[in-house]
Amino acid sequence: MSLPTIGYTRTAIALHWLIALLIFSLFPLGITMADLPFSPGRLKLYSYHKWLGVTVFLLAVARLAWRLGHPAPPPSAGLPAWQRIASVATHHLLYVLILAVPISGWLMSSAKGFQTVYLGIIPLPDLLTKDKATGDALLLVHQILNFTLGALVITHLTAALKHYFVDRDEVLGRMIPMLDRKTAK
Amino acid sequence: MKRIAITLALGAALFAPALAQVDAAKSSVIAVSKQMGVPVEGKFRRFSAQVSFDPAKPSDGKASIEIDIASFDLGDADFNRETAKKEWFDAAKYPKATFVTSAIRPAGAGRFEAAGKLTIKGKPLDVVAPVAFKAEGSQQVFEGVLPIKRLQFNIGEGEWKDTSTVADDVQIKFRIVTAKK
Repeated sequence: MSLPTIGYTRTAIALHWLIALLIFSLFPLGITMADLPFSPGRLKLYSYHKWLGVTVFLLAVARLAWRLGHPAPPPSAGLPAWQRIASVATHHLLYVLILAVPISGWLMSSAKGFQTVYLGIIPLPDLLTKDKATGDALLLVHQILNFTLGALVITHLTAALKHYFVDRDEVLGRMIPMLDRKTAK
Repeated sequence: MKRIAITLALGAALFAPALAQVDAAKSSVIAVSKQMGVPVEGKFRRFSAQVSFDPAKPSDGKASIEIDIASFDLGDADFNRETAKKEWFDAAKYPKATFVTSAIRPAGAGRFEAAGKLTIKGKPLDVVAPVAFKAEGSQQVFEGVLPIKRLQFNIGEGEWKDTSTVADDVQIKFRIVTAKK
């Protein structure tokens, strides 16, 4: 008999924060680089953006694989049903997006004719051939997915803060052990 | 005097091997550069070439290619505008790049070496292009890859001299197919 899951493993916590950090770097990087004048700096930022995006994808896959063997703790007991549903839906959608956003970026690169070469060393296959209309459409898809991700991240953050400051429960402490109310007492 | 000159000119015209034009649909000149390790292909959409070549007598062969620099297409309007600028090709000042052979030597079965002058951005340099040759019906096909260093032609000046973003090594992939006779 396995013990009931009470918290996240250290691996899950590390992966969560690594991905969070990367998303918080990638989002402004993506917005800034697109408006820069043509320069070596701009080309470098595009490459860094792609490399970090591939890294998010790899970490997301690792995270899902880890989660299969180490289930996430259940939603906090005593929550209204709608909040439990919203919580599960938001988490699942976040997982979908941390995979879908890098995939859309990768496909867009291929369609725009600029292959993604991870760290400048490992070329990713081009699943699409170069085509301007497809490239422009994928740029839009990439943007929409990103703004959706942004909105979900804000929801996620707000909910976490609400749990800590309003509900004063253990939810945030599961992801930030320093804030764990049980061990703090 | 005049008559001799005319006779000579006529003779030269009659006996010189015919210079074949190219089949534009089947021919291509592509420059492949590396940007942060990413191979980026640019196509010269317009060029003309005259080729006269008999594989049995390669040393009598000659070829000249003239490339319209403004036709360089990286598949992205921003990039195309950029590469036409002064720092790169300076297309307004140097609208043409040319390659004119000075000597063609055999280099194994179906292979030749075309030595000649490659001029890009007004800078002539001696190069030797490896060429694979084959005949397809009445058409002649010349294919090869000529590696060059972009900085030797001042392509990419100022901040673009930095080769950590755009590498110095550039490959010119060419496929020249003569027009059907």
